[in-house]
Parts: sequence; structure tokens; C-alpha cells
Amino acid sequence: MSFTFTEDQKLLSESADRFVLDDYNFETRRKIIGQDGGFDRDNWKKFAELGWLALPIAEEYGGLGGSTVDTAVLLESFGRGLVVEPYQSCIVLGAELLQFAGNVEQKSQYLPSIAEGKTLLSFAHIEPTSRFNLCHIRTRAIKQGDCFIIDGEKAIVHNAETADYFILSARTEGDTNDEEGITLFLVPSSSSGIEMRSYPTIDGLRASEICFNSVKIDQQHVLGELNQAAEYIQKVVDRACVLLCAEAAGAMDTAVKLTVDYIKNREQFGQAIGSFQVLQHRAVEMLGAKDFSRALTYRAAGAIDQSNASERTRAVSAAKVEMGRSGKLIGQEGIQLHGGMGMTDDMPIGHFFKRLTMIDAIFGNVDFHRKRFAQII
Amino acid sequence: MRLFKESEVMDLILTPEEEKFRDDVRAFVAENITEDIRKKTMTGFRLDKEDHESWQKKLYEKGWMAPGWPVEYGGTGWSPMQKHIFEEECAAGGAPPVIAFGVTMVAPVIMAFGSDKQKEYYLPRILKSEDWWCQGYSEPGSGSDLASLRTKAVLNGDHYIVNGQKTWTSLAQHANLMFCLVRTSDEGKRQEGISFLLVDMNQPGVTVQPIKTIDGSTEVNNVFLEDVKVPVENRVGEENKGWTYAKYLLGHERTSIAAVGRSKAQIKRLKTIASAEEHNGTALIHDQAFREKIADIEIDLLALESLVLRVLSDESAGKGPGAEASFLKIKGTEVQQGITELLIEAIGNYAHPFIPESMDKGWNEEPIGPEYASSIAPHYFNWRKASIYGGSNEIQKNIIAKAVLGF
Repeated sequence: MSFTFTEDQKLLSESADRFVLDDYNFETRRKIIGQDGGFDRDNWKKFAELGWLALPIAEEYGGLGGSTVDTAVLLESFGRGLVVEPYQSCIVLGAELLQFAGNVEQKSQYLPSIAEGKTLLSFAHIEPTSRFNLCHIRTRAIKQGDCFIIDGEKAIVHNAETADYFILSARTEGDTNDEEGITLFLVPSSSSGIEMRSYPTIDGLRASEICFNSVKIDQQHVLGELNQAAEYIQKVVDRACVLLCAEAAGAMDTAVKLTVDYIKNREQFGQAIGSFQVLQHRAVEMLGAKDFSRALTYRAAGAIDQSNASERTRAVSAAKVEMGRSGKLIGQEGIQLHGGMGMTDDMPIGHFFKRLTMIDAIFGNVDFHRKRFAQII
Repeated sequence: MRLFKESEVMDLILTPEEEKFRDDVRAFVAENITEDIRKKTMTGFRLDKEDHESWQKKLYEKGWMAPGWPVEYGGTGWSPMQKHIFEEECAAGGAPPVIAFGVTMVAPVIMAFGSDKQKEYYLPRILKSEDWWCQGYSEPGSGSDLASLRTKAVLNGDHYIVNGQKTWTSLAQHANLMFCLVRTSDEGKRQEGISFLLVDMNQPGVTVQPIKTIDGSTEVNNVFLEDVKVPVENRVGEENKGWTYAKYLLGHERTSIAAVGRSKAQIKRLKTIASAEEHNGTALIHDQAFREKIADIEIDLLALESLVLRVLSDESAGKGPGAEASFLKIKGTEVQQGITELLIEAIGNYAHPFIPESMDKGWNEEPIGPEYASSIAPHYFNWRKASIYGGSNEIQKNIIAKAVLGF
């Protein structure tokens, strides 16, 4: 296991940081959020040109065959600027599921176009009552001739309104919480019978609640083995968790810097408030929280491609717990040290706090991953 | 593990008279709070001006508007325990919090330092909620270091001309009056050049500009004062003695800022939500780890309640709130924030959707996810303000260090 970046990773990190610095300041991001669909398609094109969309896609499908650490490097930079383009939805979840579960034909058909930025995916998986249980699936897919008929509801589907296809999980056998009996489908978003209610999320992204009413899907759109999707989903979500932690590491980095800058400049009682030791120590705690979380995240990213299931679980859950704790400390203290200014929508710090809080609240929060870790001690 | 009914857990031992009093208050609240207002108060949806005023007018008619005031001004003469029971029952029944700026903030200052004319004019109007007050303390460069404030008042015949900017002015959009700290002298110590003025907001030169906060709401404002005329008779007490009055006011703020009753009501709500949220077929309230976190907060709240009762007793024995009252602000806001953290944890994935309009009056679309979820994340972010306002918790610790420990 290596704890330093390779030359390629350094270059990637520099170019992604450069993009955030030049093209993604706070005001630009605010405008992007206000656009239709909640992200900038020109940026997406740029990501394709720079090879960022191709990064984790296998070379035989037009990708670069990068490792999880490579993608983590990119996402850490994205986190520094709270990039809202649908990289998690389309690449980390969508392309990876397709890559992992799809057959050669499906992969050849979709992956190159995803890498080129021409096809967008969204993972329609979480349900209104599923909380953090990845196997809690009520949505049903019933075989009818060469087709499946899908009925059910999906919740908090990020970037659904801009997706060309959903990767949809549905139950083809068994009961609501069973591991067995879940199947993945590639569903064109234009299919009839799909009702979508879209909304902003509190961290500046877009998501939707989706009803599938007797949506008819050809059986050739099944991804992977029938009834066996739980394994694919768990593996891809585990990787997504680590990559969310990488994004969080970038967000924490900026949040700490913003806060330190603020207290160095804000004067009260005739001096910068950063001259008070009590505040210096709190800034130090924030920095430490970021460093520990980031280190553990890269360790998990390095382990995830090669470990067995229980090692993977420990690595991922440890990283997600540490991220949740650190993100909360940094977010809350960041606001507190900014004082009233930290409460305003015009200051960036609150937006970092909100994103960090929401990263904790997706795919299992601190409590969830702490318990999951506790099962393997 | 089970969830106990409220009647099965008795934390406060009440006398039969106190029980009777509690039942009376409970009945009064139930009769006078509509379901609509109760829901808004409990869920943190926005209460509008009328919601507050209609409740406060009912309190006035009943004679319960100002339990903290001396009887001669319209107070109730209640014991500390009665005051506490009253707070708790109002919160439990979903009554909107009484807006503090008039009745618990400026009124004690007017009583202690104001002229007879000011007492006669303002105090009855505060009881009847005829004025909406706001607080002109903080300025862009003067937050924790309040004494550095620069809004200037220059005496010109029988009135002051005031110029400057106030900020973080809560609910100034509703206010017709502002109690305001202004600089009337640049000589000597900074604290000795400040005066306390009562400013009419409805006049040329006063501009209220909303500040949008991270939860999407606009309850705080910038207030710009440009050649605003304030008659000298609207100065409270002596010129350049305003700092003393301001500190007196902040001391009074701290028992109400503890908000024990409101936190109890929120813990009850948390338990209801945790009973509805399921993971793998088990309610969250039966999850040992989550339950222990609720226990931690309840224990903190019991300790807080005990200290509040002690401070209230001291007050009724004629001892003003000492600097230890700062602990009430620190712990009170920590408890409130702790509850918002557990609420956001409780709702899991449904922390994400954000429809600011859903918290406004007249929004009647279907909620996204469970109805109880929509205001929880905004409230969590909004409530970070609690450890910042009213003298940040760091400043409260400075006060205790200096005044109690003698550093």
C-alpha cells in the first residue's frame, strides 16, 4: 500500500485543483446551481475532454482503467470547490454498476458514450422506507413474456431529471429486506409510466422522487444475474462511500482554510480573533480532524480494489465514520468561528457545512457504519 | 426496551397546588392554540407576525403575558416553580414563543432605568403587544466586542441625529420600535460613551434589509440608520450609561434563552419521529446506540432544568441573575443543538430534500417524504446560530472566567 501520490496522480490533482480555482469559484457555482438541471453541461464536456469521465472505466470500453485511488484524487479536488456536476451519480455509481454487472454487449454500447460525456446515468435505488439498508427493496419487477413490468417508488434519486438512463434496482424474488432476489435494470428515462418529482437538495444538488407505474422493460435491459444484484450494489456503494469521503476530504480542506483565514482577519477587541489561543486550538482540532479523515480515506481507497469482503467492510466503514465525525466537527466549528457571518448564505463556509452534513447522511451515517464495523471486530 | 408515556415518568415532584396550576395552564393552552399554530411551532415552520400576536393577546387577556414582571407593572406574582411550569406547558402545547424583545428584554431596562413617562407609555403597550420591538445591538464590526460599536448619535436641540448600521437584527421586518445602542461619546473608555435609545422604525432614514441565512430563511436583517431623528425623551437613563443597561438586559435574557420547556417538547417530538423511522423492521427508538444518545441529552436537560430553577429561586429572593446565568445560555443552546443533531440523524435520507417554500404559509403540496422531515435539516443548520447570538458561548465563558473565577 502506497501513501504517496504517483506522478500521474499528482498531475491529475493539479489539473483538477486548477479547474476548481479558475472555473469554479463560489459565485460561478451559485450560478450553476440555478441552471436548468442543476449543473453545467459545458463543464461536463470539459470533464470528458480531460479524460476525467473515462478515469474509472476500463480501457477496452474507451476508459483509462484508473484505480479507486485515482478517482479519489479527482474527487478530493472536486470537494475543494463543491463541484455539483453529476460525477457521483453518473460515473461513481452509474458507470461502475454497468461495468461491474453488465455484459460485454451492454458495456460496449454504453460505456464509451458515458466516457465521452454523451450519456448520463442515475442510480434509482433508495426507497422511501429503506433508510440505509441497501437490500430494502419493495419495487417489483414481474416477468411478462420477454419483458419485465416494474412498479414501485424510488427516493432521493440524485440527478434523475437529467439522466438518459436509470440503473434501477427492483425485486424479482423474495421479501422486502432479502438479500436474494434483487435485480438491476437499465431503464431509459423516457420510458412511459415514469412519474418524477424533482427538487433541490439542501447541499445544492438535484434529486427526485420517482414513481414507476407498470413500466415495461425488455429483458435484454437486465444488468447482470437475475436476483443477484445485492452483491454488485454493495460493492459499488462501498466504493462510492470511499469516494464521497474523498470529496469530503477536499471540502474539509477548504472549510478549514476558510475558517483559519477568517479568524486571522476578523478583528475584535483590537486584535485578530485568531490571536486568542482558545480559537487557535479549535482551528487545530479542525485541521487534525481533516488530516485523520483524509488519511483513512486514502487507505480505504487503496484497500478496496484488492481486499476480501470483511477487510473491505472494515476499511469503508471506518473511513465513513471518521468522515462523518470530522465533517461534523469542521462544519459546526467552521460556522462558530465565523460567528454570525458564518450563518449567512453569502459566505462559502455554510455551503461546505451543508455538503459535509449530507455526505454523512447518504449510504449510511456514522451510527450505521460504526455498527457495521462493530460486526467485524 | 419500551417507550414510557409521559405520565409514567415524573421528573418534577409537584405539590397538589402546583398540579392544579399545571392543569389550568395546560387547559388554557389547549383552548387557545389552533392546530395550525401548534403544528408550525412544533415543526419549526415559519410563524408569521399574526401567529405571535394573536397568542400574545390571549395571554394578555388572561393576565399571563409577563410572568417575570413585578406585580405592580402587570406581573403574575408566581413562584419560580409556577413560572417554570408555565413555560413548560406553553412549549408542550405548541404555543409560539413569546417574542422576547419587548417583554423580557427592553421592559426590565425601562422598569429599572426608564423615566416615569417611558414606563407609563411603553410598559402597557408591551403587555398588550401593541408594539413589535427589535434589538439594535450588533454592528458589522461589533459582534462579540459589542463595546466597539460605532453607530453615532449627535445631540441636536431636543433630539439626537443617528447614523450607522445595525446587523443580525432578528425580525426587524415586523418591528415598529428598536432599542438601540449608540455612541454618544468618543472620550474615555469605549464602554462609557454608549447610550440606550428607543427608536421609531417607521420614519425616513430607517432601512431594513433582509439577510439570507444558510437554511434559506430571512429572519435576520441589516438595519441602516441615516440621519434618523430620536427625541431626547426616548433615551433611557443617562447619556453615556447605556453599557450598564445593555449588560443588565443580557443578564435577563439568559434564563429565557435556556428554553427548557421547548427542549422538552422537542425531545418528545424526537421520540415520536424515532418511533416512526424503521431500519430493517425495527423502530429507531429501539436502537440501543440511538437511545443512549437521547439519554445523554435528557440528562443534560435535567441538569439544565435544575440550574434554571435555582436561578429563578434566587431571582425571586431578590438576587439578580449572577454571571453563572451564563451557564444557562451555554448549556441551553448546547442541548437545543444536540436535539437538532439527533433529529437530522433520525430522518436518514430525507435530510436531503430542500423546499424552502414548504415552510411558508399557504404551501399545501404533498411533502417529500414524511411530513415531519421537511423542516428538520433547515432547522439543524439554522440553530447553529444559538451558540453565536446573545453573546456567543465563548463570550459567556469569558464572562464566567472573569466574574465568577476572578481571572
